[in-house]
Amino acid sequence: MINDEKQLHWLVRPTTVRKLWIGSSVVLTLVVLAQTVIYVKGYFGFDAWFGFGAIYGFASCLVMVLVAKLLGLVLKRPLDYYDDPQQQKKQESSHDKLKENSNGV
Amino acid sequence: MGFEIFPPAFILLIAAVLICLVKGHGRTAVILIAPIITLWAIWQIPDGVQSTIKFLSYNIEPLEGSPVRRLFATIFAIMVFVGGLYSFRIARWYELAAAFAYAAGAIGVCFAGDLITLFLYWELMAIFSTIVVWCGGTAGARAAGIRYAIMHLLGGVILKVGIEGVVVGTGSIQIQPMLATDFSTWMILIGILINAAAPPVSAWLADAYPEASPTGSVFLSAFTTKTAVLALILLFPGEPVLIGIGLFMVMYGIIFALLENDVRRILAYSVVNQVGFMVVAVGIGTEMALNGATAHAFAHIIYKALLFMSAGVVIYRTGKNKCMELGGLFRTMPLTCVCGIIGALAISSFPLTSGFTTKSMISQAAVDGNLMWVYMALAAASAGVFLHAGIKFPWYVFFQKDSGLRPKDAPWNMGLAMIIFASLCILLGIFPEYLYSLLPYPVDYQPYTVGKVLFYLQLLLFSGLAFFVLLPLMKRTMTISLDTDWLWRRAAVSLIKLIEQVLGAIGEVIAVQRVRLQKFLHRMAINYLGQPHTADSKERGVFARSWPIGTTALWIAGLLSAYVLLYYL
Repeated sequence: MINDEKQLHWLVRPTTVRKLWIGSSVVLTLVVLAQTVIYVKGYFGFDAWFGFGAIYGFASCLVMVLVAKLLGLVLKRPLDYYDDPQQQKKQESSHDKLKENSNGV
Repeated sequence: MGFEIFPPAFILLIAAVLICLVKGHGRTAVILIAPIITLWAIWQIPDGVQSTIKFLSYNIEPLEGSPVRRLFATIFAIMVFVGGLYSFRIARWYELAAAFAYAAGAIGVCFAGDLITLFLYWELMAIFSTIVVWCGGTAGARAAGIRYAIMHLLGGVILKVGIEGVVVGTGSIQIQPMLATDFSTWMILIGILINAAAPPVSAWLADAYPEASPTGSVFLSAFTTKTAVLALILLFPGEPVLIGIGLFMVMYGIIFALLENDVRRILAYSVVNQVGFMVVAVGIGTEMALNGATAHAFAHIIYKALLFMSAGVVIYRTGKNKCMELGGLFRTMPLTCVCGIIGALAISSFPLTSGFTTKSMISQAAVDGNLMWVYMALAAASAGVFLHAGIKFPWYVFFQKDSGLRPKDAPWNMGLAMIIFASLCILLGIFPEYLYSLLPYPVDYQPYTVGKVLFYLQLLLFSGLAFFVLLPLMKRTMTISLDTDWLWRRAAVSLIKLIEQVLGAIGEVIAVQRVRLQKFLHRMAINYLGQPHTADSKERGVFARSWPIGTTALWIAGLLSAYVLLYYL
């Protein structure tokens, strides 16, 4: 187990990842709590509420991800959706030809 | 008549020709020195119209200076230099030549004093950017290049229709602020918006840019959409339609980038998203907003090129461009990773990066105009940008799982190009005054107030939290997303096939009926006119028989009486 951990890059060791989660949680909490001492000027009233930025940021991301997920059900297609089946063989051979090329500078 | 000042665009055009003619170190020298001379030439152009040429009955003004024009031209020239540095060792010579000619078109548009010059340089850009797309070299790139060319030539035609209309209607070819009030101004607006990747044709951008070569997409990301923004600033400041269009582009970019798996396509969608911010700003149209649009375009070219560069290095080194195939590259590509992260932070307008000092001006303009919904939408979009580009791009490329790939880091020239742009991102974030002093209108704006920084930190960090909490929902799939281009890539093709089938079926029916008609007429002819060689007249067709003369006389008498009768009636 210890050997396994040593082989991993330090950044992806479970212990580091755990520390990163703890560290980020502390930062997130501090950023919200800082509003008790720092005055956030609201332009439209409600945007000065305590923790508004945090909630708004999280909520709008949640909505966007969910909308994307739902749209994905309708819009996602396999990679070769637009490919002409007859053209596919040609495409493969020409791709190999042009793989490596330099301008000779 | 003539040029008192040599047009900067011509320097790049000459350089493009030279790139074709010289080889080796000579070519490298041209690639690196020409943009610097261009930059110098750009700053020699004073404000106002510099030269006029009489063409037909029009006064063509190929060179007109103003702060906003100079600023766009400046960033284009810087882009050509750093892009040239990035690509000169791996890009093919014709790709670089096309990229230089393409940039020449963009810089030409910057200084175009009249609509005719604008149109000429506009088409120059369309032609050579298509060639840059084709330099991707794959069958996909060829097909995407054709679609790209059709879209841009169509946009050019619409723009030309509008220009003709305005010239006929007002008699002036001057570039001056207008509003979309009649047919011709609408045509101009639509022509420009097509280049800005506005709905409903935003798809051309994400279709074409990722098909170009890793170096080509760096150039492509910079010029076309930003010249469109400049044209909007010059022609349509304060056009209210643009606010709605811009907000749509902002949201479209985020949603489609979230669905995407191809690394460069994610970045392409976020170009649409960022240009959306600028279009909103032009729509607001106040001095603060136009300053914001200009500053944001300047900063955007830098960090977007930086992102495309870092994606380009990854694709160059690994040959892979799908999020699913990448990951864990931070181990062996630290420089590319750090530069990519700086670009990602800048695009997310994180404090201390160029995105924060420029994009927040647009939000401020929305506040000043008391546009609450616009402001809130822009704030939500800022969170979304952090989600789709700020974290998603570096996370899937450099972190997430270990893909097992251990590619080398960037070659020195690509690394240097990325370092220059990464430093500019941070420099403009810490010392925004340098950029502010170049903006078209005097800037009275303080980007760093404690409250604002705290608000944006909350907004961005919690959207970062949302990313990791929602990670299971964002599982990458080997898919593409349908867009409006489905209409012409699939529906129109099916429709044409259907029409072909229907016409074919009708044709068959007609052919069958024609044969039947032929046979029928043939039968009739034989029936009435047939003359078998026989002595018996009775066996011939009715009109081929020999009749007694008396019958004929009777018929003639009958007909004549009928004629006489009718004559007197």
